[in-house]
Amino acid sequence: MSLSNQQPNTPHQDVSIKKVFDVEEVRKDFPILQRQVHGNPLVYLDSGASAQKPQSVIDVIARYYSEQHANIHRGVHHLSQEATQAYEDAREIIRKYINAEHSHEVLFTKGTTDSINLVASSFGRKFLNEGDEVIISALEHHSNIVPWQMVCEERGASMKVIPINQAGELDMVAFESLLSNRTRLVAVTHVSNSLGTVTPVDKIIELSHGKNIPVLLDGAQAVPHMHIDVQAMDVDFYAFSGHKIFGPTGVGILYGKEALLNQMPPYQGGGDMIEKVTFEKTTYNTLPHKFEAGTPNIVGGIGLGAAITYFIQFDEQSILDHEQDILHYATEQLSQIQGVKFIGTATNKASVISFLIEGSHPFDVGTLLDQQGIAVRTGHHCTQPLMDFYGIPGTVRASFAIYNNRADVDALVAGVKRAASMLL
Amino acid sequence: MSPIDDIQNEIIEEFEFFDQWMDKYEYIIDLGKKLSPLEEKFRQDENLIPGCQSRVWLHAEMENDRITFTADSDAVITKGIIALLIRVLSHQTAEQISKAELYFIDRIGLKEHLSPTRSNGLVSMVMKIKAIATHLKSYH
Repeated sequence: MSLSNQQPNTPHQDVSIKKVFDVEEVRKDFPILQRQVHGNPLVYLDSGASAQKPQSVIDVIARYYSEQHANIHRGVHHLSQEATQAYEDAREIIRKYINAEHSHEVLFTKGTTDSINLVASSFGRKFLNEGDEVIISALEHHSNIVPWQMVCEERGASMKVIPINQAGELDMVAFESLLSNRTRLVAVTHVSNSLGTVTPVDKIIELSHGKNIPVLLDGAQAVPHMHIDVQAMDVDFYAFSGHKIFGPTGVGILYGKEALLNQMPPYQGGGDMIEKVTFEKTTYNTLPHKFEAGTPNIVGGIGLGAAITYFIQFDEQSILDHEQDILHYATEQLSQIQGVKFIGTATNKASVISFLIEGSHPFDVGTLLDQQGIAVRTGHHCTQPLMDFYGIPGTVRASFAIYNNRADVDALVAGVKRAASMLL
Repeated sequence: MSPIDDIQNEIIEEFEFFDQWMDKYEYIIDLGKKLSPLEEKFRQDENLIPGCQSRVWLHAEMENDRITFTADSDAVITKGIIALLIRVLSHQTAEQISKAELYFIDRIGLKEHLSPTRSNGLVSMVMKIKAIATHLKSYH
């Protein structure tokens, strides 16, 4: 069976036959990697912010608008049915990818932020009362802090924070002691966007479930690096974004266990989410539509399906091995530059490196790297409390994806050396 | 031609010597390092112009009919560009500052640093300088 001949909208059937991973072949699938920036070949090390798109995803998006577009879920006409089919096929691809039991447990959202806001708002209204607690961690992105702060304030609940050690690892002893009979939800990141720390999600879920507390994982930074199995993890909610896993922007997923989603009130009102509307009373549609008000990002969903079809053609272990090789090579090479200091040195890390050049501001380093065609992220990475913990204004972050190779690391190292020599 | 435009043209001429991005940035970094640091009493939150990437502190003083600006940043490239902005806009009259059109940044190829997307505090700094000048103009 040749996966490359597979129609991009067809649900992925056979996951046992995997393509051998070859980074140089993978690079050819991403047209943007051919471009130049400031007269230099682009070295894209900002996939943690947003990943680039393979040609297959771009083609599916173009084809959808050229041949398939119509509104979904309500037309009797052929195009509407075709578009609906493509959208629902994408949901099925995603269901299989995360191994959800039912496709109606896979909700399309605008992205991770939207997914978390949905849970905070809906779960919060239903289950959070005065004196209740939500546990997050010190590693969280603002999008897994602020929604909880907002709902806690509204409901008279409070937020507890799992502390970290200097390496950027969760203090699991402290976590255990934070779990109380007032804890209603644990919401933590699967992979830290700033530091790359992979959190011990199995242990977090085990301890929380031991006290009947559901767990939400922010998987935005995890999904592009590892295959996710929500049933094996037994996680209650899993949130991620399409654009970080080589799909379009403006679309994301919230996985939620059926039993929980059914107990939760709708998040937004509008079309598609209703069963019957009268001015006196509205009854709501079933899952997943109850949480999908309005015309969705149809092309986004279909594009995300194509992105996941692209990603899962590779053997999971070979992707992990490749990214870990890049991570270790980059760590080793950068550590040889005088003044480079790593922020976040967890034992279990995804392919993200945050660092500083002592005596210089991350913004300056990022500006000088940009002039050399090297795209990194600088700043606080939307994790201000985490930066406060380290007492720094921000870091320079290089984040690697499946298409980065050792030559990219060499360019980064040369670029950092040049920046350091100019700044110090 | 206004004194502000004279200085802008001077800077454009100086930057014509740089063929390489590195030379240009080394010069800006040098300007940033040489810019006298803002006195601690002015490096306070009320003078802070927040930026997502780098922060800028700005202090203004009126002397006779001229406004003197002093400023600082935690990032040295931002500071270097501040040095250029101060060279152009400080010690001028409120009238001239409020009318000034800053074209030199674009001409020396640093436009991206004064774009709102950069979030380095510089756009807000220029807006604040203009606002101060407009405000003081009405008193003179």
